[in-house]
Amino acid sequence: MEWSWSVAYDVMPRLAAGLIVTVQATLVGALVAYVLGLALAILKMSPYRLVAWSSYWSSEFVRRTPLLVQLYFLFYVLPDLGIFLEPFAAGVIGLGLHFSTYTSEVFRAGIENVPKGQWEAARSLNYSTIQTWRHVVLPQAIPPMIPPLANYLITMFKETPLLAAITVVELFNAANIYSNSHYKYLEPMTLVGTFFLLVSIPAAALAIRLENAFRRKA
Amino acid sequence: MFAGTRAQAVNADLRGQMQNIIEFQDVSKSFGSLQVLDDLNMHVVPGEKLALIGPSGSGKTTILRILMTLEDISAGEILLDGEPLWHEMRGGKRVRASEHHLRKMRDGVGMVFQQFNLFPHLTATENIEQPQVLTHRKSKAAAREKAAEMLSVVGLVDKRDHYPHQLSGGQQQRVAIARALAMDPKIMLFDEVTSALDPELVEEVLNVLRKLAEETDTTMLTVTHEMNFARDFADRVLFFEKGKIVEAGSPEDIFTNPKEERTRSFLRKFLTGIN
Ligand SMILES: Nc1ncnc2c1ncn2[C@@H]1O[C@H](COP(=O)(O)OP(=O)(O)O)[C@@H](O)[C@H]1O
Ligand SMILES: [Mg+2]
Repeated sequence: MEWSWSVAYDVMPRLAAGLIVTVQATLVGALVAYVLGLALAILKMSPYRLVAWSSYWSSEFVRRTPLLVQLYFLFYVLPDLGIFLEPFAAGVIGLGLHFSTYTSEVFRAGIENVPKGQWEAARSLNYSTIQTWRHVVLPQAIPPMIPPLANYLITMFKETPLLAAITVVELFNAANIYSNSHYKYLEPMTLVGTFFLLVSIPAAALAIRLENAFRRKA
Repeated sequence: MFAGTRAQAVNADLRGQMQNIIEFQDVSKSFGSLQVLDDLNMHVVPGEKLALIGPSGSGKTTILRILMTLEDISAGEILLDGEPLWHEMRGGKRVRASEHHLRKMRDGVGMVFQQFNLFPHLTATENIEQPQVLTHRKSKAAAREKAAEMLSVVGLVDKRDHYPHQLSGGQQQRVAIARALAMDPKIMLFDEVTSALDPELVEEVLNVLRKLAEETDTTMLTVTHEMNFARDFADRVLFFEKGKIVEAGSPEDIFTNPKEERTRSFLRKFLTGIN
């Protein structure tokens, strides 16, 4: 097996296009995971037992089943029920939904770490519930959440090749399609790995720095 | 029910004269099976300064928290300016207070907590400014001006741009006092505001309260273990034990000539404990 630079050059434009899709899927998926995760966290903390209980168990159900199965379900089973999703849409919904069960725990812990006295001070100053969340609780809860949320972003980035299973042409799938038609695996797959490393190593370093910065503050 | 209607009749008679600003009528409060307040009756006239003293666990904090609507009541009725705090009339029926009703009632009450509870992400000025803007819809400029005024009352003008973690405990507590005062409450509640402080920081906070007691006609209730302070601050002292008032009177009555043996023994323990 010999490394061929001409193969590498040949596949490069497709990989670049795939990388863009990977980054888009990660960012949109993460946005879904964060928004849904926050909503889920609030539901899990609901004073209404039934709401808290059912959101806890649906979240556990999603978390304890494989993302790959969930993606298949969204892309191949939902059409039977009359719901047709584009591959990219199904991918980011699946990714976001799956990781929202993890981020919701980050949100929940962050919110529960805001002392009870802060809620009581807000109440004594006659803040509405929405004002209490917006001006008192979230500004304190969010900064310490940033490092773990950044870590989930990196994890999601690494999980995006699963979207190949539902025909999204992201970085891995772009390489895979090329490999299968040219019977060249070494260069495309090496480059895919390198691309992932090039993005995730600096990102991880940044996450560690964030974590240290917040730890020092606390 | 009967207590409520009677009180309303009495209040109607008193209209125009001095009406109690706070009235507890047979108030009981339990946490699960633990009864914390037991058929409590008490009243406070406008402008009065009250000190609540008594052993730990006697229900003093609970009384303040109920007035601040942080805790509800199990039985009885509380009137603020003659209006029920924890109930309201709807369709001719007496029902539990809605959040809307509580919000209206809460506007007249302010509280300072043992643990300060300043907002850590806001500066001293912002801590005082934000509630005025959010709750009273004041302009930022007006709120800022009021904040400056309140910071000067508590002697912290030079710390206005400091964050809570940059302030000593005593300074944080003075900001918390300024924050509550800036809302112009008719009733101020102070719950052991110096008990989380290092001993050398206690007096700077108590002196602010002494000054407020002297210079304002706001009704004030303070829970305290500082007996010398209670003597300066209070028009009336209530001694609590097990959710009941054992003895009430002027500071002179309570501290110099307590009638009840239980008051005497409490004070004896306290004074020897301190000196
Ligand atoms: N939220 C609560 N749940 C259960 N018990 C409580 C709660 N708050 C206070 N208590 C109990 O009620 C009693 C009176 O408390 P408190 O009003 O704080 O007394 P004090 O301020 O006089 O020390 C104590 O026994 C305390 O443990
Ligand atoms: Mg107490």
